[in-house]
Amino acid sequence: MKVALFVPCYIDQFYPQVAIATLEVLEKLGASVSYPEKQTCCGQPMANAGFEDLTDPCNTIFIRQFSGFDYIVSPSGSCVLHIKDHLHSSANHEETSQIKKKVFELTEFLTDIVGVKHLNSKFYHKVGLHQSCHGQRGLKLSQMSELIAPDFSKPQDLLRMVEGLELIDLDRKDECCGFGGMFSVSEEAVSVKMGKDRVADHLQYGAEYITANDMSCLMHLEGILRRQKSPTKVIHIAEILNAGL
Amino acid sequence: MDTETTILDRKTSSDHATLADKFNLDEPRVDWHDKTLWFIRKKRDKAASQLQEWEQLRAVASDIKNNVLANLHTYLLAFERNAQQHGITVHWASDAAEHNKIVHKIIEKTGIKQVVKSKSMLTEECHLNAYLKTQGIEVIDTDLGERIVQLAGEPPSHIVLPCIHWKKEEIGELFSHHLGTPEGNSDPQFLTAAARIHLRQHFMSSRLAITGVNFAVAETGEIVVCTNEGNADLGVQLADVHIACVGIEKIIPLRKHLGVFLRLLARSATGQPITTYSSHFQKPRKGQEMHIVLVDNGRSKRLGSADFRNALKCIRCGACMNTCPVYRRSGGHSYHYAIAGPIGAILAPGLDMKKHADLPFASTLCGSCSNVCPVKIDIHDQLYKWRQLLAQNRKVGITKRVAANTMAYILSHHTLYTFAGTAGRWLMKYVPFIISNRFNPWYKQREMPKPPEHSFARWYHQNRNFK
Repeated sequence: MKVALFVPCYIDQFYPQVAIATLEVLEKLGASVSYPEKQTCCGQPMANAGFEDLTDPCNTIFIRQFSGFDYIVSPSGSCVLHIKDHLHSSANHEETSQIKKKVFELTEFLTDIVGVKHLNSKFYHKVGLHQSCHGQRGLKLSQMSELIAPDFSKPQDLLRMVEGLELIDLDRKDECCGFGGMFSVSEEAVSVKMGKDRVADHLQYGAEYITANDMSCLMHLEGILRRQKSPTKVIHIAEILNAGL
Repeated sequence: MDTETTILDRKTSSDHATLADKFNLDEPRVDWHDKTLWFIRKKRDKAASQLQEWEQLRAVASDIKNNVLANLHTYLLAFERNAQQHGITVHWASDAAEHNKIVHKIIEKTGIKQVVKSKSMLTEECHLNAYLKTQGIEVIDTDLGERIVQLAGEPPSHIVLPCIHWKKEEIGELFSHHLGTPEGNSDPQFLTAAARIHLRQHFMSSRLAITGVNFAVAETGEIVVCTNEGNADLGVQLADVHIACVGIEKIIPLRKHLGVFLRLLARSATGQPITTYSSHFQKPRKGQEMHIVLVDNGRSKRLGSADFRNALKCIRCGACMNTCPVYRRSGGHSYHYAIAGPIGAILAPGLDMKKHADLPFASTLCGSCSNVCPVKIDIHDQLYKWRQLLAQNRKVGITKRVAANTMAYILSHHTLYTFAGTAGRWLMKYVPFIISNRFNPWYKQREMPKPPEHSFARWYHQNRNFK
């Protein structure tokens, strides 16, 4: 199984430990992983701000870097969703559509493709799971509370396999954290208020760690936690799954 | 860069971000507003979950509305024909101004100076009250929530719950001022009774009633008006003249389709199984005059747009507002349009792209709205599409445009990207005040990420590349 590791730009630059954990989890579970070294960004920051027109070079780079693999795996629901929904190229239709089929967020890859039923991971902490919206509602990693439909959660299933991990309940299990890309600065007041409310929900149930499939949500929540001088930390789900594995 | 606003997009005193900033100055009030609306969302969840066929109902409702939009012309003409056969006068208005003129003309003929009106978002959209006022006609809104905001001189902040942003103590004060209730009395039952007495005087004296319309049935030419207070019925039954104002998208083909929409509407709106009153008006009673004004006001134009057409499926339940984490924390007035929240944010730019250019950006694109919507409007996808259109039409502020162009340039060149990342991390580490200062909106209430020594790419190159 030839897997390409797709590392979101901000993870590459600010959270390398998340990409390392993702790489190690995939390798420990038997995948042959390589990291196409000239990758940059999926293009989402520009596109969500209204400038999808400017993302052609990003698309070209992405297609060149990620063609020819069996799977493309990324520790981000948001970036994967962007590729699935918006990657386009007038020159490379076939490769583009292949990439869209082969790109997976880490937990859905582990659940649906690798078929993980058991993990040796160990993490002796109380953890709150933040359901990042693009992964949840976009990629359908978990059931959303708006729909009247059976409950499921791929990230939660994996976290339940981790020894010692105590998953806390939340009052609002799938409310947005308020990051939203440029929204986090152009709508600063609402963005921060949403983040503070999410943090408060996790803290009231004693979370030692807040985890998620997307580091962008966690970067925002971490900024708030650290400003509040809270001892609670954020940790990407890949880091938990890699702990003791 | 002398003020904080220069670093953000060209904020005007009335754009969403600025108004939301103001709303957030009183955090306990934001908490109260958020919890009040979340409570309604939870009520909706409970009511919806009691119907096993809920998702099927949504799908059917969406299909019916798609059929309506594909055949709107035919259904509208059928509706007109059937309504006329029952003695109703049908008017067509191409825009808000024409709508207001038609309504005024009807009122003018009667010589009536004061009219009652039940809830109608269409008349809000057309600013009918303000127009009639300039013509010397006073409109009394008879929906309790609408009457409250009317007395306060405000527009509604929510399409179903117009005064959801008002606390009962404030309503007590308002009533004390306007209706003469005892000062300090904020008992909801008492205040409602006082409003009832106040409104009854207007019901009794007004000979002309305006109503909105929830559904217009093509098959029968009847209109259906849903209220919890019975104010539409009381107004119409006591009046000599009934004017019903309806957007052309409110058509449904058959009466039996009400069995789908009435089940969805109140459950989605407030978590009730059905509104207290679902009143059918098919013909004027003896001696009464009945008019229906069919209003386009940008709807045909939207119908011609594949990307934005299906916003016309909206049945105005307000569920997208109750579920929206941004709406709950910014308040309806921050959208500065008759229809607030996610649905307002995709409707408003269709009427005036420049004036409402900020609204599609008042969202994190979380997608909750699209999934709570009883007629499955792809609201968050349309928000994304509006953003593209706004940028293409240069309606996006200079700061955002420069930021997007700069990012795009850097991310289009791997070497530059690597260099910018290294430089950024170095700056954050050694001269953090360049980034962590009061001009950076991120830093205002959040810490910046702690910069790591190296990027992942560098780590990979050093540790794995030659494996």
